[in-house]
Amino acid sequence: MKYVLMFADTEQFAADLAAMGEGERARAYARVQEWFAENQDKITHHAHLMPPETATTVRLDGGEPLTTDGPYVEGKEVVSGYAEIDVADLDEALRLARTWPACPVVEIRPIAS
Amino acid sequence: MTRAGHAELARVVRDHAGRLAAALVHLVGDFSAAEDLVQDAIEAALAHWPVEGIPDRPDAWLYAVARRRGLDVLRRESRHRQKLALVAWPAEPLPDDRLRLIFTCCHPALPRSAQVALTLRVVCGLTTAQIAKAFLVPESTVGQRITRAKRKISDAGIPYRIPADDELRDRLGVVLAVIYLLFNEGYLSSGGQQAQSRDLADDAEFLAALLHLLMPTEPEVAGLLALIRLHRARRAARFDEDDEIIQLQHQDRSRWDHDAIADASRLIGRAAALRRPGPCQLQAAIVACHAEAERWEDTDWTQIVVLYDMLLHLAPTPVTRLHRAIALRYVTGPAAALREVDALSDDLGDYHLFHATRAELLRDLGHADRARAADERALTLTANPAERSLLRQRLSWA
Repeated sequence: MKYVLMFADTEQFAADLAAMGEGERARAYARVQEWFAENQDKITHHAHLMPPETATTVRLDGGEPLTTDGPYVEGKEVVSGYAEIDVADLDEALRLARTWPACPVVEIRPIAS
Repeated sequence: MTRAGHAELARVVRDHAGRLAAALVHLVGDFSAAEDLVQDAIEAALAHWPVEGIPDRPDAWLYAVARRRGLDVLRRESRHRQKLALVAWPAEPLPDDRLRLIFTCCHPALPRSAQVALTLRVVCGLTTAQIAKAFLVPESTVGQRITRAKRKISDAGIPYRIPADDELRDRLGVVLAVIYLLFNEGYLSSGGQQAQSRDLADDAEFLAALLHLLMPTEPEVAGLLALIRLHRARRAARFDEDDEIIQLQHQDRSRWDHDAIADASRLIGRAAALRRPGPCQLQAAIVACHAEAERWEDTDWTQIVVLYDMLLHLAPTPVTRLHRAIALRYVTGPAAALREVDALSDDLGDYHLFHATRAELLRDLGHADRARAADERALTLTANPAERSLLRQRLSWA
């Protein structure tokens, strides 16, 4: 089954990352690279997103399309990336999510077939 | 139908529903479809058996209905239909697949309310109406929970399997929590008109026993089963003829089921020999301390406080600390116990037993007015009629 893992950052996580020294941050990024390498047979593609202040939202449910600055939900948890995975079932997806070494929230969504 | 007749009917359904569900999932290869067929068969049984009597082979009867129904509704799913058409009942002795059923119903990706409803329906064979009645919620709410849960199982790819070894501890914890919740709900329901809804406690004991049968070397499963059996061994003495609660110290201990207590204590001993202590085993050991005391005065409170300390070490919760403080009253006295209880006011200010306990301690210490106020507060916080009645009596004596 195919799922998307949506990775979400929290303010605390962003602050922790910012407070890290150069070397420490490099190690944190290396752990993420390692995770992707270890699970490459299950990951079909993945992407890291630019921060939420770069987001632009277009709303189409009014009369005219409305363009606004920022993400569509103003929340403390913002999606920072995603990975599409192809695994046997939800338990295998959960197993992957539990080992994710970076941001503190991962949402698992099945892809509609 | 007599009360005994209803109990027997419930027992037979419980014994066969889960097996049939597991067998049908195996046959038709689809959890949700199999579950619907079993539910239909149970509805039919509940309509026929009270009138016609329970058949000699309830399993074959249930299967015949499920199969007939299956051949009808699975018309579009010819794959499933063919498999179903080929098999007569009793099928080859299938391995007991109910463990998979339990772990699927209690998957952590489902909300607790759905885990509970699914387990009752699929493993214990309760109907949606019976579940709704037990939890005092509209039938449509339970129906919706079941439908959503089954949809999630299939759409999100929740597997039908026993978790791998490295996941088993966490996943078993969820199953134990569901059974424990059912037991609590049944043993002393938190709302409604009937203080004791016996059915859910029966189902909880059935599930714990089944789990123990299927996982004999899991000490926490044995602990939960012992805990449930110890509580239930005292049930004949827990309520008077007016359905009023009789507190432990006033219970007629000759009415306890001492054989059941001895059995449960042996179960705790066997679990302890596996040397993997856990919260269920410790709680069972605490209840065993009470159950084994011949008189209230013989209760080994020192041992009970030690067991609570161990429990707090594993699972530090405010409610456990409250219970420890209650035991402490008989070891170091009410003043020390009250200090412990008062320290919990931030966490337990909305919990009726917190105020009821304070009331008892304050009364011991001669503060009648403050005790009254605490009892009154407790009364506003519980909906259980038997507990309310006990608190009211206390208010009228004091």
